[in-house]
Amino acid sequence: MTDNVNIIKLTAAETAAKIASGELTAVQVTEAHLARIEAVDEKVHAFLHVDRAGALAQARAVDEKRERGEKLGPLAGVPLALKDIFTTEGIPTTVGSKILEGWIPPYDATLTKRLKAADVVILGKTNMDEFAMGSSTENSAYGPTGNPWDLTKIPGGSGGGSSAALASFQAPLAIGTDTGGSIRQPASVTGTVGVKPTYGAVSRYGMVAFSSSLDQGGPCARTVLDAALLHEVIAGHDPLDSTSIDAPVPPVVEAARNGSVDGMRVGVVKQFRGEGYQAGVIQRFDESVALLKELGAEIVELDCPSFDLALSAYYLIAPSECSSNLARFDGLRYGLRVGDDGTNSAEAVTSLTREAGFGPEVKRRIMLGTYALSSGYYDAYYGSAQKVRTLITRDFEKAFEQVDVIVSPTTPTTAFAIGERADDPMAMYLADLCTIPTNLAGNAAMSLPCGLAPEDNLPVGLQIIAPALKDDRLYKVGAAVEAAFVERWGHPLLEEAPSL
Amino acid sequence: MTTTTDLVSYEDALASYDPVMGLEVHVELGTKTKMFCGCSTELGAEPNSQTCPTCLGMPGALPVVNAIGIESAIKIGLALNCEIAEWCRFARKNYFYPDMPKNFQTSQYDEPIAFDGYLDVQLEDGETFRVQIERAHMEEDTGKSLHVGGATGRIHGASHSLLDYNRAGIPLIEIVTKPIEGAGARAPEVARAYVRELRELIKALGVSEARMEQGQMRCDVNLSLRPHGREKFGTRSETKNVNSLRSVERAARFEIQRHAAVLNGGGTIIQETRHFHEDTGSTTSGRVKEEAEDYRYFPEPDLVPIAPSRAWVEEIRSGLPELPLARRNRLLAEWGISAADMQSILNAGALDLILASIDAGADAASARKWWMGELARSANESGVPLDGLAITPEQVARVTELVSKGDLNDKLARQVIEGVLAGEGTPDEVVEKRGLKVVSDEGALTTAVEEAIAGNPGIADKIRGGKVAAAGALVGAVMKATRGQADAARVKELILEKLGVSEG
Amino acid sequence: MPGITREEVAHLARLARLELKPEELEHFAGQLDDIIGAVARVSEVADQDVPPTSHPLPLTNVMRADEVRPSLTPEQALSGAPAQEQQRFKVPQILGED
Ligand SMILES: [Mg+2]
Ligand SMILES: [Zn+2]
Repeated sequence: MTDNVNIIKLTAAETAAKIASGELTAVQVTEAHLARIEAVDEKVHAFLHVDRAGALAQARAVDEKRERGEKLGPLAGVPLALKDIFTTEGIPTTVGSKILEGWIPPYDATLTKRLKAADVVILGKTNMDEFAMGSSTENSAYGPTGNPWDLTKIPGGSGGGSSAALASFQAPLAIGTDTGGSIRQPASVTGTVGVKPTYGAVSRYGMVAFSSSLDQGGPCARTVLDAALLHEVIAGHDPLDSTSIDAPVPPVVEAARNGSVDGMRVGVVKQFRGEGYQAGVIQRFDESVALLKELGAEIVELDCPSFDLALSAYYLIAPSECSSNLARFDGLRYGLRVGDDGTNSAEAVTSLTREAGFGPEVKRRIMLGTYALSSGYYDAYYGSAQKVRTLITRDFEKAFEQVDVIVSPTTPTTAFAIGERADDPMAMYLADLCTIPTNLAGNAAMSLPCGLAPEDNLPVGLQIIAPALKDDRLYKVGAAVEAAFVERWGHPLLEEAPSL
Repeated sequence: MTTTTDLVSYEDALASYDPVMGLEVHVELGTKTKMFCGCSTELGAEPNSQTCPTCLGMPGALPVVNAIGIESAIKIGLALNCEIAEWCRFARKNYFYPDMPKNFQTSQYDEPIAFDGYLDVQLEDGETFRVQIERAHMEEDTGKSLHVGGATGRIHGASHSLLDYNRAGIPLIEIVTKPIEGAGARAPEVARAYVRELRELIKALGVSEARMEQGQMRCDVNLSLRPHGREKFGTRSETKNVNSLRSVERAARFEIQRHAAVLNGGGTIIQETRHFHEDTGSTTSGRVKEEAEDYRYFPEPDLVPIAPSRAWVEEIRSGLPELPLARRNRLLAEWGISAADMQSILNAGALDLILASIDAGADAASARKWWMGELARSANESGVPLDGLAITPEQVARVTELVSKGDLNDKLARQVIEGVLAGEGTPDEVVEKRGLKVVSDEGALTTAVEEAIAGNPGIADKIRGGKVAAAGALVGAVMKATRGQADAARVKELILEKLGVSEG
Repeated sequence: MPGITREEVAHLARLARLELKPEELEHFAGQLDDIIGAVARVSEVADQDVPPTSHPLPLTNVMRADEVRPSLTPEQALSGAPAQEQQRFKVPQILGED
């Protein structure tokens, strides 16, 4: 009999295999994770909502399927932590905001449906920066999440709840969304794996929009293979999302099982280092590049000058789109309503509701976006930002003529302290310096652990970037790097995390 | 509102000023589903029963474009002689309003699907006026609000409102004219003729029933005046949601008189929204906004561009039906009627009914005669539109068929129609029930003719003497005896035969 | 360079329907000014002859057939409504017409 500690330390692939063989039941696995949540989440605060009954019911259904001799999917019975940005029928969905407190959607997101159809067990909904706006999860209306490596540090954001759940072994799988780095940066600072697939690979239907042309859902896990298995479950064409790619999903699982960089050309971009990068981050990154070379890759120096404008373009495009996407939260049809005292007009109630329901970062971005789109400023700001987007795409295209993938640090620093950058938006925005160009261009990227920074013993992430629709390359390279590092370290990085 | 507005007489206004109009017409398409989701568009459903996460603007929901919506827009564009964009996008028009679930309208902005066209419209006297079309673009309708607690459902003074989003997201095509100049005193008439022609066009294309009384077609009338001889346009007023042909004409006329009064008094026109009042034929000012609207348009990131292939556009073009003006011109020639006749057919709303009767087998002249005569009169008397009468074009065709077969004469046919209108059944049922059949029994007719000759010896002699015209009196006598159910032509034949006279 | 005033912030707040408190107006005026100042660099490319990118992928003509799909039930549609009456969403009095 396997005890709970051993169960929660298993990878998703191992868990699924044990359930399929009957060595473990899905109910056992789910109970072990629910117990872990019970034990540690008071400290970590990764979850906003735990769906005990729903998870156990799903697990029981998997066990019954197995008993009936039905074939199980590759992740059947494996528990997952779902970012609270995807709608779940009958389960609260708050997007980390007061404005949706208590809202129970009447429909499932396409991603939620796919998870259910694949018999993945949804444990609950994870904490996040309000409306996915942030890099620390401090902007959640429901309080911050701690980084399992050091609970006084941020777990990254916006998907800090999902990354913290993985790093604290509350779930082997999680879902994130990445608009400017919200999957990769949390993965980086928690020592986990996170993938932003090519824009359009994972349906956005039922994923509460922050910035429609940048948002992309993706897999979070503790290993590259687990991420690939989850990627395969959630990706694929969705007729309910007009921006969904109507093409076969790249062979990500196969790539993850056959990791190699031998003979590959790997690009290192000049613009992804310099001022603002922590020494230990640069050190681990340089070691990663050396490792890639050892493993047979050819390293190519690249110049992508427009990347210097990426952050600026992002902080015009994302707020502009969000100012429009968030207009629907008006207190009239769902969610919070404030000031309906019989004398206030609908207009006044809407303004009072939005004032009370949105946190400062959300208001800041709505204001910024309203400004950037307003008449007289559109061309200089929004219009120019979209031109920058074209230039960044061109830089990527040129780069990918010379290399198969690009690597960089995922984020310039390791996890910073909770509260450290809370009222300095510009400092906070720098966390996404290396991740944003990929969102603007729509291509794919992964973050995976590449060691601990010597100065603070906190995880450093290596970002791998692939061209659009070539997501499989991330997994091929990621798996090779992961295997080499685990061999070098003698164990997965998370083994070094303090026990909670 | 009871505020009175200073007006100058229409003639005086035109003596000093030249009106410039812009017409914006919204047409609700007759698609089965909404523009961006699969909810039904069927009218008359229970409140909020035709809504989904997308058309309710729920968090996470996304739009997907209705292909028939696009095709209909292209059809309308082609019929309006427009260019069809090779590539265009939807945009978001951002403003808050409770009947708009997302608080932005998914519309088109600087990249309309159709642009630069024209529509020729015919005025009462048959003269043609060309209205230039600026653009036709796609957008979506809003929900409907019910204002509670105030007077007669008005927004003003209501304590709260109730929203039904069944209409939210129904596809709309907005058709915008270029400034209509040079119509002079006929501007209101041009406005009316344009909206009517557009309605006919939309109906002919089969993309909407375009019923104005049901709000499927709504018109905004923008109007400004400029002194004669001046190039520059004056400031315009925008009269919203003018929802009948008559009102379009009246609203334009009223605004001309109002603008002229303001300008004559040394005042300036403020650019504002105005509301038209059906009962008084006047307009009043809408709510004055503290700040200018700023819609912050930007390309809709949840939808991808529409790039209709030229092959598709040509396929749609080749499938277009005959358009109303061309059809009218063809019929004019075929029927050999005057432009004025055609105009009265149009005014009576009889054209489609006549054509439907012809399709059902009636000859053109008879179909015209019944619809424009007996039936038009009856509709007029009972105050219903022609197509609201309790008789179908097929039934009218059946009556004409009975007449041409000789089973009915005109007088009897009128009685049949009267019976159908009175709800007595189909023409055949009315004939049966009322016993209205031309007496064609030769024996009975011969007897009646013989009796008539015997009873009127003097007239009979005159006829024998060659005064064939006198036969009319005998025919009358036979008709009287048969209570009108004889075939008058046959009766005359028999009389002449009996008296041994032949007609010329 | 812009220099965002308190009045401008108030105007933006009205457009965005945010009933900001006076201290928030002050605070945001400063922060927006900083952020806009920092990101205004993008206008360096304003006069370059570069097409704008509004969509990351070059997809076109994504359409669906005009076929009815099941709607929500009115109960589901109204399930999150802060107030309802007669199967409709109940909202406070509406001031303006469009
Ligand atoms: Mg419009
Ligand atoms: Zn719908």
